[in-house]
Amino acid sequence: MTNENNLPQDAICILEEQIQLTLTDLCCACAVHTEQIIELVDVGVLEPLGGEPAQWRFGGASLHRARMALRLQRDLEINLAGAALALELLDEIESLRMRLRATGGG
Amino acid sequence: MQFKDYYQIMGVARDATQDEIKRAYRKLARKYHPDVSKEPDAETRFKELGEAYEVLKDAEKRTAYDQLGANWKGGQEFRPPPDWNAGFEFSGGGATGGGAADYSAFFESLFGQDFRAGGAGRASPHARGEDHHAKILIDLEDAYHGATRTITLRVPGMDAQGHVTTRERVLNVTIPKGIREGQHIRLGGQGSAGAGGGKAGDLYLQVEFRAHPFYRVDGRDLYLDLPVAPWEAALGATVKVPTLGGIVELKIPEGSGSGRKLRLKGRGIPGDPPGDCTVILAIALPPADTEAAKDFYRKMAQGMNFNPRAKLGV
Repeated sequence: MTNENNLPQDAICILEEQIQLTLTDLCCACAVHTEQIIELVDVGVLEPLGGEPAQWRFGGASLHRARMALRLQRDLEINLAGAALALELLDEIESLRMRLRATGGG
Repeated sequence: MQFKDYYQIMGVARDATQDEIKRAYRKLARKYHPDVSKEPDAETRFKELGEAYEVLKDAEKRTAYDQLGANWKGGQEFRPPPDWNAGFEFSGGGATGGGAADYSAFFESLFGQDFRAGGAGRASPHARGEDHHAKILIDLEDAYHGATRTITLRVPGMDAQGHVTTRERVLNVTIPKGIREGQHIRLGGQGSAGAGGGKAGDLYLQVEFRAHPFYRVDGRDLYLDLPVAPWEAALGATVKVPTLGGIVELKIPEGSGSGRKLRLKGRGIPGDPPGDCTVILAIALPPADTEAAKDFYRKMAQGMNFNPRAKLGV
């Protein structure tokens, strides 16, 4: 068992709120080629700011959306448009589930 | 180690065609995919399924597996026969997903070394280390105030002999104030070490909240069922309400009914803007457990001309 108690605390942040990623960052983090991320933008799973791919800036939430879409595509053997649809439906289910729980129904 | 009945896991007959196996996989994968499924054991089932498919979809591996015979039962103590795979040449590679550490000891013992040999040599000389992902369960109070928590992660790895191992890693993590459920805490440089001077990967912790005894959470907003006495609801009152930031006084307007929502602005999870705390009134009936209490109810019944079912027309 290793104990690593003294982490530099400035290295800790909330991904969704404090991080912006470039196309290269995202490709690295998802371990995929640029084309696959561009395809995710094309099907509307990711919505970066900026015009050209080289200027794109992705919000932190893109990281897990991209990973999830790629996982669904690979594991369920579906295309990216199908993965995009699954993702949208999952988002909707999640927000309904949260609402249900919040109002005491679930 | 335990024998794995891959046919049983996939719910197909031993003489199933490759098409049947593929169909069974796709159907079960949709059911148990951890991103989609809410089944409690989805992750385990999905891994098992992936492993079974890895073997059965591949003609070489399937033939080798079939050679073990049809008499084995899932869960039975198993040791591979010494020369079990003699004469088979695996082309290796082509893993559907996950690292070698995702496979069972049973799979490893049958296909481990040959299988891994095909996928080796992937890392380039200056590769950035891999990112790691894990989930942590925190209290709602930690998100409200911010906190430092000690967490223990189980890290899969491989020893010098190529066996799968897990070690424990203890980390002190600062929970940033205002974090919401489903968000990720990023710990820069805490993933795998990079190769040849490449940067280390990052560690991402997905945050989940432990169920709170009285608050429910939706994003930054909190919901609280607040019991009130019938007279507080009917006549109006100022009552105490627990919020994460301490007790506040709330004015209940006269003539409030059960289910009425009163909003405590900015009393939810901090942020920009902070969430609200919505109080939902629940009228609590005093028990009629003494003669005096029963008398009160009888007096109300006599003195008040009240039909709670008027709207139902009865």
